[in-house]
Amino acid sequence: MTEIDAKALGADGAVRTASAFPPTPTTVARRPFRASPKLPLSLVGFAAFLLAWHLAVEVWRLPRFAKLPGLVEVFVEWTSTDPMYGVSLFTAEYYQHILVSLKRIVAAFSAATLLGVPLGLLLGWSQRFREYVFPVFETLRPVPILAWVPISIILFSGAETSVVFLTFIAAFFVTTLNTMTGVQSIDPSVVRAARCLGASPRQIFRHIVAPGALPHIFTGLQVSMGVSWFSLVAAEMVSGEFGLGYLINTAYAKIQYPTIAIGMITLGAVGYASSALVRLVGARLMAWRLREIGVGR
Amino acid sequence: MTDLALEPASRGAPQTSSRGAISIRNVVKTYGSGASQVTAVDDCSFEVAAGEICMVVGPSGCGKTSLLNAIAGFHDITSGEILIDGETICGPDRPMAAPGPDRVVVFQNGALFPWKTNLENVAFGPTMQGTMTEAAAKARARSLLAEVGLDDVAERFPGEISSGMRRRVEIARAVINEPRVLLLDEPYRALDALTKQVMHEALLELYYRNKVTIFFITHDLEEAVFLGHKLVISTARPCRPKTIIEVDIPHPRDRSVITSPRFRELMEAAHEAVRQEAVAAFQAGDKEG
Repeated sequence: MTEIDAKALGADGAVRTASAFPPTPTTVARRPFRASPKLPLSLVGFAAFLLAWHLAVEVWRLPRFAKLPGLVEVFVEWTSTDPMYGVSLFTAEYYQHILVSLKRIVAAFSAATLLGVPLGLLLGWSQRFREYVFPVFETLRPVPILAWVPISIILFSGAETSVVFLTFIAAFFVTTLNTMTGVQSIDPSVVRAARCLGASPRQIFRHIVAPGALPHIFTGLQVSMGVSWFSLVAAEMVSGEFGLGYLINTAYAKIQYPTIAIGMITLGAVGYASSALVRLVGARLMAWRLREIGVGR
Repeated sequence: MTDLALEPASRGAPQTSSRGAISIRNVVKTYGSGASQVTAVDDCSFEVAAGEICMVVGPSGCGKTSLLNAIAGFHDITSGEILIDGETICGPDRPMAAPGPDRVVVFQNGALFPWKTNLENVAFGPTMQGTMTEAAAKARARSLLAEVGLDDVAERFPGEISSGMRRRVEIARAVINEPRVLLLDEPYRALDALTKQVMHEALLELYYRNKVTIFFITHDLEEAVFLGHKLVISTARPCRPKTIIEVDIPHPRDRSVITSPRFRELMEAAHEAVRQEAVAAFQAGDKEG
């Protein structure tokens, strides 16, 4: 029933986890769900990246690189109390851009989760519902986010709503699809066992289907968070008066190159933090998985 | 009914049990239609007395599981009927009964809920059915886990314990419902020989304390003779009883019976019956190939 679906899913980053029980729980790969990179090693990685940037742009002045904003230049601008191009750690404008983008992400990501998870559960649970809805879903899903721009502008009056809508669309498809995969990944024996033990369909949904799909749901939410930022910036570049995407785009238009780098670095940091937050919530809800692979307790 | 209930008593089965007698009458189960039709169970009839451990033995893939699934209520049968204590589970008037806590299955590959602790797993049945409060169900679950020597892993998740322990948890999760019939589908297949022996003794221990009819599918003859009151040796596909061997070694049993001459004799008899079927299955496979 799911072979064809599974193939379609593979392309979208919907990860299929292994069966419910790893063969030897204590010796599975050291890749805990909540793994964060080890600090000292990651500092070395960052240092190497920054050094390469500095050498390429400011020391060796490699062809094509010479016009890029250099590390020192960016750092000075970013930490200046009186920035040359008006945006630094000490200006209110900087935080306004971050705040506006964050608000849009929260709105779009929440809406995508609140609609996508129930829809995905339903798609996975009811074959009849899936037969009605899934073909429509699969036809809309491949439409790139930029192709939605005209429709969203026609559909919504303000720029604000259409930016949030574009961000939502991208996150929604990822969340729904991963949730559906999560339900389908549940071992049929587990559902049969619950029926044997006298659970009603509603109890099975609550005690078996929802928790059973949770690992895939959270994989989906992480991807969805990444996709949200991606589409937000695209949408902000197209329309909008604030936000990090808007900041980068206008800095480019005004030839304020250090500000582009500031916008990009900030996007990276905020994106990383938001993904980490999703991981953290997931780890809280899935203590059983952590303990299964021997990292929790 | 009375006859059936009394019969196993002479073989050492508990006399107290009066529920869980299974009648399998002329059961046929086919899959597909036309040229691709496969008969999994063909004109299969036998009786399992209340409180009896019935071992259904046959080559892999011979259709034993189809029979078990029909008793459990996972699918219907093509014709014939299955009764438990005289009540029709599947038959001409009632194609199939819904699965329920009176006939609990323990699955071949295990089906504990990995997101619930072992204690929550065992307490699941009575809690969902509302036959006990959650606290009462947990208390009962704790004592059942203690019976199988697992009280110290009650708060752990199934993924944290060994596969042998998981099997014991799963059987406790079934027994807590006081089912009429316990349906075991090769539950110890994946375990090593030593763990298996421990499992067998733990199962008997649980059986002596909680009287229940056991319908046990296996292809391990030593397991079958050690546990069963009766061996139903099935023909190779389709499944039909070829020989029924009554195991007259009295219960309660422990490991020492394995070395007894009677055990050896019964093993021989079972071996002979199974071997003929294995050869038949092999030759049939040759012809088809």
